[in-house]
Amino acid sequence: MLMWIALLTVIVMLGAAVAVLTLENYLAAVVAASVVSLGLSVLFTLLQAPDVALAEAAVGAGLSSVIFALALRRMELWKIK
Amino acid sequence: MNLRQLTSLIFLIGLGLLLASVIKSLPLDTGRVGAEILKIAPAEIGTANIVTSIVLAYRGLDTLGELTILFVAATAAGMVLGRGRINTTPQAGFILRTASFVLFPFLIITGSYIIIHGHLTPGGGFQGGAILAVAFFLPVLASVGNSLDHRTSSIIEGFAGITFIVVGLLALLNQGHFLAPLFGVGTVGELISAGSLPLLYMAVGLKVGAELAALLVSLAESESY
Repeated sequence: MLMWIALLTVIVMLGAAVAVLTLENYLAAVVAASVVSLGLSVLFTLLQAPDVALAEAAVGAGLSSVIFALALRRMELWKIK
Repeated sequence: MNLRQLTSLIFLIGLGLLLASVIKSLPLDTGRVGAEILKIAPAEIGTANIVTSIVLAYRGLDTLGELTILFVAATAAGMVLGRGRINTTPQAGFILRTASFVLFPFLIITGSYIIIHGHLTPGGGFQGGAILAVAFFLPVLASVGNSLDHRTSSIIEGFAGITFIVVGLLALLNQGHFLAPLFGVGTVGELISAGSLPLLYMAVGLKVGAELAALLVSLAESESY
């Protein structure tokens, strides 16, 4: 069971990582990078490292995406469409 | 492939080989130290969460180094970004503004819980501090008029940093080791246990929260012109 959850998470992470490279929209790429971090925190939880998972979810998926998004807005690359 | 890409590829391969040779020559003795710490940490430090006993007791100096790095990074970013300019962003919608205020107390409670229970459950000062920073940053992001008092955040940050170092120096005077745990062990698993470790984690949480909140707010304010 755990094995299948881990496999699914890895596939989602790989898909999101490829999406980061291929997406035209920078904002969508930031969101996809945040999905990679979220999947990584799920993997850390499965490996029984909840401390690292918390740090990864809070900093990797949350704060760093916000900083990337703010940097995009400052460089005027922020576009929704 | 142009010359620049080729150069970076060669550089990367060289760096990888260098790191591989360094790792190969390291005396990696995994397992022994970890097993020993798992055996002695609950009786010696008194934390239910073993990670905390490593972060704050056995490797407390490294945590101080991490805090210093974060402090230097936040200070440098604040200096580069400078003071906020006049904000002309249009006001956000009613639902976004209200939701950010409704979320605020819940984020504060979650962050404080993670910090205060750092020695019992997973998490601790860094994780809880990041959540606290987000709690104070969300209203600023959602609603234009709001701002963060940078003076207050620097006072909290400095106070927390001084607390961490003073506790470490007290340990140096009492036990002969910098940042050695103070005040005894207590009962493992109770809220007030593990000596001075919860105090240290509260200092870490406040410092990280104040620093990250100030960093995010100055980033958000300086870009709106």
